[in-house]
Amino acid sequence: MKKTDINFKGKKALVVDDDQDFLEQTNLILSSLGFEVISADSQKKAEELIEHIQYDIAVFDLMLENHDSGFILSYKSKKKNPDVPVIMVTAVSSETGISFDSTSNEEKSWIKADVLLNKGIRPEQLEKEIRRLLK
Amino acid sequence: MNETLKILVVDDEPGMRRGAIRSLHSFSFPIEDIPLNVNFQLSEASSGTEFYNIIKQQQFDIVLLDYKLPDCNGLELLDFLQKGNFDLLVIMMTAYASIEVAISATKSGAFDFLAKPFSTDELRIVIRKAAERLVLQRQAKKLAEEKKQIRFQFLSVLSHELKAPLNAIEGYLNLMQARSAGEKISDYEKIISRCLIRIDGMKKLIYDLLDLTRIESGQKKRNLIEFNVYDSVKKAIETFTPDAQKRNITIICNCNENLPFKGDPAELDIVLNNLISNAIKYNRENGMVTINAFLEANQLIISVADTGIGMSEGELSRLFSEFVRFKKEENKGVEGSGLGLSILKRIAELYNGSIDVKSEEGKGSTFTIKLKAEERKI
Repeated sequence: MKKTDINFKGKKALVVDDDQDFLEQTNLILSSLGFEVISADSQKKAEELIEHIQYDIAVFDLMLENHDSGFILSYKSKKKNPDVPVIMVTAVSSETGISFDSTSNEEKSWIKADVLLNKGIRPEQLEKEIRRLLK
Repeated sequence: MNETLKILVVDDEPGMRRGAIRSLHSFSFPIEDIPLNVNFQLSEASSGTEFYNIIKQQQFDIVLLDYKLPDCNGLELLDFLQKGNFDLLVIMMTAYASIEVAISATKSGAFDFLAKPFSTDELRIVIRKAAERLVLQRQAKKLAEEKKQIRFQFLSVLSHELKAPLNAIEGYLNLMQARSAGEKISDYEKIISRCLIRIDGMKKLIYDLLDLTRIESGQKKRNLIEFNVYDSVKKAIETFTPDAQKRNITIICNCNENLPFKGDPAELDIVLNNLISNAIKYNRENGMVTINAFLEANQLIISVADTGIGMSEGELSRLFSEFVRFKKEENKGVEGSGLGLSILKRIAELYNGSIDVKSEEGKGSTFTIKLKAEERKI
């Protein structure tokens, strides 16, 4: 990731995670890409933001106050702003061995996020997904 | 609790089978260690063929096996049972009581041997011995299995707890390597201090883990002496005063300046440090921590009360398990290994004491630990 790579200037990203460090890191990655980052550390706060602000991309953690917070936020975000891409990140797969994806039709029917990423995401991986989604 | 063991009597003489069944069908006895009451359900087979048919369809716990059957030799059946890995015990019976038969039966895996003719009492003694062995053996296996399960759970949670800070630090280092926040080291102040906080947390976890395993394995050398609890309380309060001041929390101590107690002062330090640090961590700004320490009979009672976030009944029921930390709005950003209270519980056990908690959500919690003075000669 080069610092000169600023082509998302003027765009806003909504980042929601209750892990302070992950929030901090995602914020840094996105701001280095030029995004203005708006962040929240709970599902409740995020729901308010979804209602009241405009954003161009969203990154939601799966497990917040509820085990399925990320699914709920994805659903609400898509309902309000159908064209705004949603990335969902989760540590669930590495911790429980349960894996799911948003590629099959069956999964797409109930997982409203565009991409699911496992935590431990590398900056360039997140950047690649964002570039693809905002093309 | 009742356990019904199934016995199969294999003998070609109907009188023998009837006699054995009569002697055992109302026979019942307790196994006190477990505790369990054992009784029996009996089935019979008059030949090898019948034996093979019935053993395919049902599970048995004990087989009373005649040495000489019309269509085969009892040792052949014994061999079949051994090779099939049946979870049962075999008792051989024979009228031709000879030392050779006994030896070869035992060599082939029979649990015991009965010489015909035998009395009801003789039969019951042998059956009781076999039943006890079987039940205890199964119990031990079950316990070992549970222990393995608990160990596995502990390790998987532990590895998660160790991985989480490493992931966070790795993430930060990746960002630094990519110069994401700028070229100057000062651009990374916040990142560096977050890394240090996560490393501290990990260190605390490792120390707590060492304390816990040493106490659990009994390998921690205990330094049992008579000492003044007041000094320990004072020292602990001094340690945590800066943390308390940061959030304007008042610490009140009700403790006699002379409070002699026989025990390990290092263990008491762990107790006080954990309780006081929790009472500050989970308190509110401008809150209060009240420490009471006193002796009652030969018991030291220490209670630490806070005016913090408190816990619900559901949370209280899970509180003393390893790695239990409650995720909620009020304690966001509070670091902890999740092992502190497990350690205190083990320490309380060392003193034949107890630890309990009263809590009200939003109002605060009071932890009370009771430790009996060491009576062993010091």
